[in-house]
Amino acid sequence: MLGWEFPPHITGGLATACLGLCEGLHAQGVEVCFVVPRARGDEDQRFARVIGANQIWLRRELVAAASANEIARGASSASAALAVSTSDRSSSTAPSAAAPAAPAQAQGLPADHSHAPSLAPVAQGLSFVDREAGDEPLSAYFTPEQYQRWLARLARLELRESPERPEFDAPAIECAALSHAVESSPSHASPSHASPSHASPSHASPAQASPAQASHAQASPAQASHAHASHESHNASVAESPAQTPPAPLPSAPALAPTRVVSERLEFRGDYGADLFGEVERYARCVAELVERERFDLVHAHDWMTFPAGELAAQRLSVPLVAHVHASEYDRSGEHPDERIRRIEQRGVDVASRVVCVSHYTAGIVRTRYHAADEKLRVVHNAVTRTEQRERLRTTKSVPEPIVLFLGRVTFQKGPEYFLEAARRVVDVEPRVKFVMVGAGDMLPKMVERAARMGLARHVHFTGFLKGPDVERIYSMADVYVMPSVSEPFGISPLEALALDTPVIVSRQSGVSEVLSNALKVDFWDVDEIANKIVALLRYPALRDHVRAAGGDEVRAMSWLDRGRRLREVYGELLG
Amino acid sequence: MRRVVFYFQVHQPFRLRRFSFFDIGAGAERFDDAENARIVRRVAEKCYLAMNKLLLEAIERHGEQFRCAFSISGTALDQFERWSPETLKSFQALAATGCVEFLGETASHSLASLVSMDEFDRQVISHAERIEKLFGRRPTTFRNTELVISNPIARRAEELGFDVILGEGADPLLGWRSPHRVYRPEGCEKIKLLLRSYRYSDDIAFRFSNKEWPEYPLSPERFAGWLAALGPREKFVGLFMDYETFGEHQWESTGIFRFMRELPAACLATGKLAFATPAQVGRELDPVARLDIPRPISWADAERDLTAWLGNQMQKAAHEALYQLLPDAWRLARAGVVEPYLEWRKLSTSDHVYYMCTKFFSDGDVHKYFSPYATPHDAFISFMNVHDDLARRIRAALGTLDEEQIAASAS
Repeated sequence: MLGWEFPPHITGGLATACLGLCEGLHAQGVEVCFVVPRARGDEDQRFARVIGANQIWLRRELVAAASANEIARGASSASAALAVSTSDRSSSTAPSAAAPAAPAQAQGLPADHSHAPSLAPVAQGLSFVDREAGDEPLSAYFTPEQYQRWLARLARLELRESPERPEFDAPAIECAALSHAVESSPSHASPSHASPSHASPSHASPAQASPAQASHAQASPAQASHAHASHESHNASVAESPAQTPPAPLPSAPALAPTRVVSERLEFRGDYGADLFGEVERYARCVAELVERERFDLVHAHDWMTFPAGELAAQRLSVPLVAHVHASEYDRSGEHPDERIRRIEQRGVDVASRVVCVSHYTAGIVRTRYHAADEKLRVVHNAVTRTEQRERLRTTKSVPEPIVLFLGRVTFQKGPEYFLEAARRVVDVEPRVKFVMVGAGDMLPKMVERAARMGLARHVHFTGFLKGPDVERIYSMADVYVMPSVSEPFGISPLEALALDTPVIVSRQSGVSEVLSNALKVDFWDVDEIANKIVALLRYPALRDHVRAAGGDEVRAMSWLDRGRRLREVYGELLG
Repeated sequence: MRRVVFYFQVHQPFRLRRFSFFDIGAGAERFDDAENARIVRRVAEKCYLAMNKLLLEAIERHGEQFRCAFSISGTALDQFERWSPETLKSFQALAATGCVEFLGETASHSLASLVSMDEFDRQVISHAERIEKLFGRRPTTFRNTELVISNPIARRAEELGFDVILGEGADPLLGWRSPHRVYRPEGCEKIKLLLRSYRYSDDIAFRFSNKEWPEYPLSPERFAGWLAALGPREKFVGLFMDYETFGEHQWESTGIFRFMRELPAACLATGKLAFATPAQVGRELDPVARLDIPRPISWADAERDLTAWLGNQMQKAAHEALYQLLPDAWRLARAGVVEPYLEWRKLSTSDHVYYMCTKFFSDGDVHKYFSPYATPHDAFISFMNVHDDLARRIRAALGTLDEEQIAASAS
């Protein structure tokens, strides 16, 4: 199972859902290996073996000639790190031997490092991230052609079996100053490559590779994979951790290829930060490596960040791929999706044997936006974990006025402005009511201004981002929780509110509205109706009590075990 | 000769608009009369007129050998008068044959029998007078809303002069006893209780078009054969069902009309069956035993109890809030301000609380089918907002009464 988040490191509902699904599958006797980008060691391992892509040893094969050359020059530079592989390819590298060299490798390399041997990562060809100099990730765009080429590469990683000529027309890759220099032909030279590496004519580009190199490229599939992927070198830490033994070199490497194998591990932030696309690529490499050593019956990838890895892994294993959509780009960005993400999602939907969605609502989006066939689409709703089903904290309210709560990121997707519009209408008839907006986000400043403009300054309170106990406290202080989301694939917070005994109003444009019969439901744009329902909940105790009691019962009845059973059925369709 | 007793329930509620708190006190319309008119016209076309014609032809063909009974709620009669007068005329044509009995019920198809016997009396009496005026004969058979019956309700019907009362042949009530005999509710002196034979009624009302049903497709001959083959102690079979079964719940394409067209002849052909009205059965048969009905039972759902109307907190709260308005509304009516009371009556129609039912997982489908609201909670909210609006108008109207009127209304 491939996913970007796993508890306790949570940024949203994804981690919780992944853990819940693992719990459910565990109960079904399914053994799950869950790969996150970065394992921190404190992951919840009760239901799945959780490993980090940062813990997976990658093999690189050193071309003997180049290596020899390098060694002859004296391993004085950080490239010595590459020499930690023993010259005997059949023996396993002792991780400790590499340790001293690692820091140098991780730091900047001297200019003459450009003479380093052509390094051919096993999972080469994954240099798919089109990062121009100065580009923010998520704002640069693949051209369709570039994307197709990248996908084609992903699909062609049987390098040891089918040597290929290097590709020269790949998108320019992200390449820091310490690049190994052979990554780009002049025509693709990236302005960001202000690297001394370009100073080296002998490694300027695979196109200009020496005959010796070229012949190696023919002889060794690994070599054929030229050096584009070497840009990770600055992210690589070589064999510094004794926690996991580097793998034995591949016995399948052609004997005539005088290469040596080194092992390295890549570093990940594991968040959604500046290098997200780079991490998505590196993650896929690591997963591809993992499935070389371990056998799995099925690959299940959660959200687009892991779709490339999933496709690659499933292909190498010749097993089915399940793509799981927790949120689509159309939920996050409305009518203005990031084209790269959109393409990755499209590809994931296309190649997966099954596409599991967290709601019928999301399945509808996947059907219309990505033209997924109904035979492929399955819905497995989220649930809540037992620990989320806590008893209501008996918080004494500090204010006597009724409190209506919005809690979530203050972004377009969550519909904060509809909350304010409803507040305006409620305050006209129930001036005592307090509205509380909890959360941060790009729309927060605008909302504060807007509330003031609407004459709601005395009625609406902004708390900013709250966490942990404060969240529970505000839930239980609230008389009504409103989730006016514009597009919510699932939306677990109404379940948390109900678990804490707070009645909820949810947008019909949400997955959670499918599993709650006893939430009040509204269309997010129908602010009159939102106001009407807020007032009804405040005025009619029977309604409040009913929604609390019956809704709470529904939440308590939800179980990841049921979801695991459902998911096992989906697997069963594929595995027979 | 075994009697086949058909009784068809005809009812339409006055559905409410989606009434938000903005509308409270703003003089906004409470009822969705466009929708109410649309529905009653549609049902008239698909069901009432078609079936009335079919039954009239049966009577013409078989003479007095074919008989049946109707109970038409006051709200349905209101709607016929306003939006479908030809439907009312066709019922009057049936009445004119003398083969059709019209039953008594609560004028607004209410649950008053559970809360206020005074209001129950008012609604039953006014409805009986109206039936007599429209169809020429005062009802002598009573059926309460949704066939809700208990010892006190039967007793009250007896005191109001009814000879026969209808009820549900529920298993928990009957135990080993047959629904096909005449009983007398505990505490009653002379009223006779005729029960619904749910098995044979539901063969027509629910199972008829179900292709999974082993008896599908059901022919009139086979159905008549079942009734004819019952044991000698089974004196009558009460086939009680919603009239909307024909053409609405079971579409014409299911063959339900053809079945009903051919059923009279098929029954008569057995030589063992005769058609009768409830009043006839009451005259001809004596009770075989007393039946104790301490708690109200109904004909609804698997439980045969009141949970379809008063099962959850919202339903109970709405029902209770409504009846809290009754004393003041009635005081106003006695003082000559009848409008709030008439509106109160429309709100007392049981459908309004039925729409709030949350028994989703067992019987929810049926409820959903009949509800104009997206969810039960929406039904509650609109109803309570209308209730709030009415309460304000009642308070305001009471404030305008002078001393003399108040004195008059109190007496």
